[in-house]
Amino acid sequence: MDSANRPALAKSLRRLLSVNNIEVLYEDVILVLKGLSLTVREGSICALLGTNGAGKSTTLKAISGLLRTERGAVSDGTIDFCGERIDELAADDIVRRGIFQVMEGRRVFEHLNVEDNLRAGGYTRPRGTSLARDLERVYSYFPKLRERQEQQAGYLSGGEQQMLAIGRALMAAPKLLLLDEPSLGLAPLLVQEIFAIVRRINEEEGTTILLVEQNAHLALEVAEHAMIMEGGRVVLEGSADELRNNADVKEFYLGVTQGGERKSYRDIKHYKRRKRWLS
Amino acid sequence: MDTFIQLTLSGLSNGMVYALVAVGFVVVFKASDVINFAQGEFLMFGAYLCFAFIAQFGLPWSLSVVLAVAGCAGLGLLVERLVLRPLIGEPVISMIMATIGLSSVMKALVNGIWGPRPRAFPSFLPEGNIEIGGAVLGLDRVLVVVVAGLLLFVLQWFFKTTREGIAMRAIADDNQAALSMGISIRRVLAVAWALAAVTAALGGMMLANMVGVGQEVSHVGLRVFPVVILGGLDSIPGAIVGGAIIGLLEQYTGGYIGHGLNMIVPFLVLILVLMIRPYGLFGKRIIERV
Ligand SMILES: Nc1ncnc2c1ncn2[C@@H]1O[C@H](COP(=O)(O)OP(=O)(O)OP(=O)(O)O)[C@@H](O)[C@H]1O
Ligand SMILES: [Mg+2]
Repeated sequence: MDSANRPALAKSLRRLLSVNNIEVLYEDVILVLKGLSLTVREGSICALLGTNGAGKSTTLKAISGLLRTERGAVSDGTIDFCGERIDELAADDIVRRGIFQVMEGRRVFEHLNVEDNLRAGGYTRPRGTSLARDLERVYSYFPKLRERQEQQAGYLSGGEQQMLAIGRALMAAPKLLLLDEPSLGLAPLLVQEIFAIVRRINEEEGTTILLVEQNAHLALEVAEHAMIMEGGRVVLEGSADELRNNADVKEFYLGVTQGGERKSYRDIKHYKRRKRWLS
Repeated sequence: MDTFIQLTLSGLSNGMVYALVAVGFVVVFKASDVINFAQGEFLMFGAYLCFAFIAQFGLPWSLSVVLAVAGCAGLGLLVERLVLRPLIGEPVISMIMATIGLSSVMKALVNGIWGPRPRAFPSFLPEGNIEIGGAVLGLDRVLVVVVAGLLLFVLQWFFKTTREGIAMRAIADDNQAALSMGISIRRVLAVAWALAAVTAALGGMMLANMVGVGQEVSHVGLRVFPVVILGGLDSIPGAIVGGAIIGLLEQYTGGYIGHGLNMIVPFLVLILVLMIRPYGLFGKRIIERV
């Protein structure tokens, strides 16, 4: 986390993460990912979009190794991070190598106070790291958390909890941050605030970010590259601009029809059943 | 009046030992939901080990205490490694059954090595008495209160400020989230079992100083339940208050009402408290936000 005084990292073309044709099984029988591939370039923000049940969270858990705690497993394919295979490593090893997942639903430690939550996030930092300096950095991104240092995390507002969840990840100084629906259940203004911070983290810390979202509008604003998942595969990918202008994406994810007016969400849902990119 | 002061001191000294042992019990429970029915046997084992080092090997008491604590910590780690870790992922009930099996094995082991009869413990705490308000109090009991209090204070510090302490509280709260930040559940479980065995051993040695070593020392394991439930499962101050209440109740009923009842009254009070406060006196509420 020493990048504060450094200029923003130049975006390299190096692949930080590549997921190669993986299959994921839950309980040995439920096939959820069916040959999923994706790559994330170092220093970028990538968005992974898709409807409920497409397998977005499953993808993140496959990368972070948390799948195993839910009786899931990568049964085929490989995952490479920094040029090394990680799909057979334990979750705590993967964190030590620099991948940190902020799980869906925030998952703060409710009975611990804000500061102890953050300290828990710094668990894998090498001994001798100054946690005080790391805390200071998190508080500079999220001044609200400083005000609530001593408060039990369970009593924070939803927005503050999301900030805490992201702050906890910052404490680990990861190379790759996996964010699972950070906008879930938050008011639009707050979502804007959180996304602005996500972008700052990417620029100032040089952290690569893989962002899962249902809110495609927002995600395409902050990401440079995006992938759309359906039924356990990536069915479409491209730069954020390309996807924003893609007719299908407009119709199904941005809720804009040819005429340009927004459709109601109900209509979109109705259409979605019939039209598929792959079937 | 002096009877009252004496009973109070006895109650507090036992109570602090209960609190210490209860903390070890709670640590395992919070890390893994396992109710450790062998906690009392760890305590007995620690006491016998110390007894053996002093009385049978002729070592100085200070070295014996260190060796007994180290031996118990090793045993705790071994048990975690050989008995509990293979059961990770199985239903919790099978781990609980394993601890019941473990308690029988340990009893048999102690019986086999040291025989069934209680032994006089070569007490190393000073024998003298001090007089407070006309009551003659055993110095050993006063010291036990002080030492156990100190140990509880150290534990409190451990959980509040150290990396492993915070990790243990984090796992108790949400173990998948804890894993997502690289906290190793296996490592925390190992630390928890070592801690359980060490607190039990320390408690066992202090108790042995006051009452001698015998297999009924392991009954303290049962005392842990009302202490833990009264104090709640969350805080060390809770364990101290729970321990003190149970210790005092035992002594007062034993001293004023009659021997024999002192085993029952703590449980009666426990039931009453739970009827009024289902979380225990200090238990944490489940946080519900809308
Ligand atoms: N532990 C599990 N055991 C069995 N099936 C599961 C498990 N977790 C998820 N699934 C199934 O896998 C599919 C994909 O789930 P996943 O949570 O990855 O979707 P998602 O894209 O994140 O959806 P959402 O947007 O609703 O969060 C779903 O059909 C779900 O029922
Ligand atoms: Mg999801």
